[in-house]
Amino acid sequence: MFKLDKLVGRLVFGIALAGIAQLSVAQSSPTKFPNIGRVATPAEVAAWDIDVRPDFKGLPKGSGSVEKGQVIWEAKCASCHGTFGESNEIFTPIAGGTTKDDIKTGRVASLNDTKQPQRTTLMKTSTVSTLWDYVYRAMPWNAPRSLTPDDTYALVAFMLSLGDIVPDNFVLSNTNIAEVKMPNRNGITTKHGMWSVAGKPDVNAKACMNNCVPFVQIGSTLPDFARNAHENIAEQNRMYGPYRGADTTKPPMKSLPGPSGVGLAHAADTHSSVPKGPSALFKNENCSACHAPNAKLVGPSITDIAKKYNGQSGATDQLMVKVKVGGAGVWGAIPMPAQAQLSAEDNKALVVWMLSGGK
Amino acid sequence: MTKKQLEISAQDINHFEKPAHGTRLVKAPEHFLSQDLVSDINTHGLDESRRGFMRKGFMTALGGATAGLAAPFAMASTEGDPAILEKQEWQTTLGKNVATMPYGLPSVYEANLIRRESPGLTRVSAASVAFTPLQGLFGTITPNGLHFERHHQGWYNLNPETHRLMVNGLVKNPRVFTMSDLMRLPSVSRTHFIECGANTGLEWGNVAVPTVQYTHGMLSCCEFTGVPLSALLEECGADLKKGKYMLAEGGDGSGMTRTINLESALKDTIVAWGMNGEMLRPENGFPLRLVVPGVQGVSWVKWLRRLEVGDMPWNSKDEAIHYIDLMPSGLHRQFTSIQECKSVITTPSGGQQLLDKGFYNVTGMAWSGRGKIKRVDVSFDGGNNWRTARLETPILTKSVTRFNIDWVWDGSPAILQSRAIDDTGYVQPPIKMLRDVRGTRSIYHNNAIQSWKLDSNGEVSNVQVG
Repeated sequence: MFKLDKLVGRLVFGIALAGIAQLSVAQSSPTKFPNIGRVATPAEVAAWDIDVRPDFKGLPKGSGSVEKGQVIWEAKCASCHGTFGESNEIFTPIAGGTTKDDIKTGRVASLNDTKQPQRTTLMKTSTVSTLWDYVYRAMPWNAPRSLTPDDTYALVAFMLSLGDIVPDNFVLSNTNIAEVKMPNRNGITTKHGMWSVAGKPDVNAKACMNNCVPFVQIGSTLPDFARNAHENIAEQNRMYGPYRGADTTKPPMKSLPGPSGVGLAHAADTHSSVPKGPSALFKNENCSACHAPNAKLVGPSITDIAKKYNGQSGATDQLMVKVKVGGAGVWGAIPMPAQAQLSAEDNKALVVWMLSGGK
Repeated sequence: MTKKQLEISAQDINHFEKPAHGTRLVKAPEHFLSQDLVSDINTHGLDESRRGFMRKGFMTALGGATAGLAAPFAMASTEGDPAILEKQEWQTTLGKNVATMPYGLPSVYEANLIRRESPGLTRVSAASVAFTPLQGLFGTITPNGLHFERHHQGWYNLNPETHRLMVNGLVKNPRVFTMSDLMRLPSVSRTHFIECGANTGLEWGNVAVPTVQYTHGMLSCCEFTGVPLSALLEECGADLKKGKYMLAEGGDGSGMTRTINLESALKDTIVAWGMNGEMLRPENGFPLRLVVPGVQGVSWVKWLRRLEVGDMPWNSKDEAIHYIDLMPSGLHRQFTSIQECKSVITTPSGGQQLLDKGFYNVTGMAWSGRGKIKRVDVSFDGGNNWRTARLETPILTKSVTRFNIDWVWDGSPAILQSRAIDDTGYVQPPIKMLRDVRGTRSIYHNNAIQSWKLDSNGEVSNVQVG
């Protein structure tokens, strides 16, 4: 019995080992990088893999009517896209620019019309899967992933109805979505050399070196009224060095400003515009080289100063003088250097801040 | 410049040159003081705050309160430059402590060089663009705080501890990786440019924006660190015979998705967390983004959470509705991914104001999504004659190359252009050549030669020739 027990024990142990080995193979195979990463569970893949391809791989089952779509649209979409997908206020319009004829040919004729002011979503999209995928993954804009598949079918049906691609009583579903005829389904080409690094370019310029363009003609310039449309260019360049920005709040200069930059903004302007608070002053004006908030360094701590002068009338004025002209004796023999560079305003801000204990 | 503008301009300059209140004109080192301040002092006298400015400028030269104006470059005395003769504040006082700024910032004098939006370009700032100030940058590397921004549904600070990368689709084992997993894998560090497909897109029809920040500022170049995509896909047992495409998906609200050309991407695409020596910035996809060298920025999916191997493109919103190039025939080109060879002069460039004639180092950037930059030529006469510029090393594939060329400006009007050639022999085209093939409505992939006109007053403006 004893022997048998031992044997069974060994067998069980062996099976258990084999099981562990099998499990670990499943977890880490292939094993070029052991213990890095793990197998994704089916539930995890399902949670994230929501993309829908043009062949409708990935499309969940479901359906939704134009009518229902309109209700959701008005509640969740119209504020950005307009009641009929026509709004150009926040995003480019969804609908417009397509005809019944386009639906027959699969080419949107208005794309040939240079006067067409905007290209709408329905004018461009060649595949209905694109609409479904994007609405489901990213809409509404401020609450993505809040729509159900049925909501999405309904919204896509409503958008298609705006372009007369489906009738107003249409119910879109996973079984009929492949029959939708997008107006621009034949309006896309991949015949170009820009998909692959080895592709053939569509232009072939020559590197001429001399007498290449005997008559140089300026075809386009920025109109005068747009001179300051991007705000003052002087403030978008260094205010020192050889390449300043033109002051576009003014007309162009009459002549070269010369090496000193007469009439241009200067570096001191950027410097002076940096905001200061007392704690920034404390660092930037080097107070912190000798003083710390809570510990004695070369000079007393801010806490100690606040304690000493707590409740004393005239402390602010007294300390402002101290900061300005310096002094010694109150806290020891090491003198506090004069901080004459501080403006009265900065000085006061610092002193008030110190007396409050650096708050 | 119109006649009216000339008149206004003359008045304007007279305003500055006229000595106010009959004060004696004293020669002053006016480059220490802004003209606005001098003018203000002349009008209002000196008060405490203005004195504050002047302490940092140069007080003695002004002779007490008689602020004088502005002869061309003048020194306070025949002895020399007060910047040398007078002691400066930073020579005579104690400097700041170490770690005053625990994460360092540029000098306050650099405050003008920041990312900016182009007014009117987009209507919602969470789906917008902020452009890199190329006019002020040197070399090839974009500082992390100035890398251009383009988001489709705002940006986040994702928690790196809960961030996951899933690999699924045509793979033997769909797998999940944490940042701890990824950052243990064999990493590479490579310098590549990233350019938005719509960079220079405002200029297809005509000149539309004033400076290189807005014409070309959707371009940045960084050293990225991460694990090669090929290693990850191999680890997951990807079926690379059937799987010629890969979907990259972001973890942001837009769930940004783009189809990647897997054949190319297996060669050089990186799943990256590092950017110029530190972690990616949140605006640039912290903690994980795809780096797809040579391919337009929209494919460099930020906040990368999933890679799916597949046998056909996905036609996602940003490859079927946007980022498609409208041709004159009314057809849209789809999957125009490669950023073709391009260059631009960054100084001097549009909106800049030169001070004087004489010697200048004209400099700019060149890059190609198909390989290395082989040569850059520069013209000062609108493309009639060209000289070859110096290329700075290292010249890296699908990366920015810096070029420089000496120039002595004689003060007469000039039109500056640069033209890059890559190692496939492709020559950066003039705008007319592109328009002849692609029309003016394509929005994307405008890699035309840029022209900057320099007027005799020293102002540079954006123009198109031909």
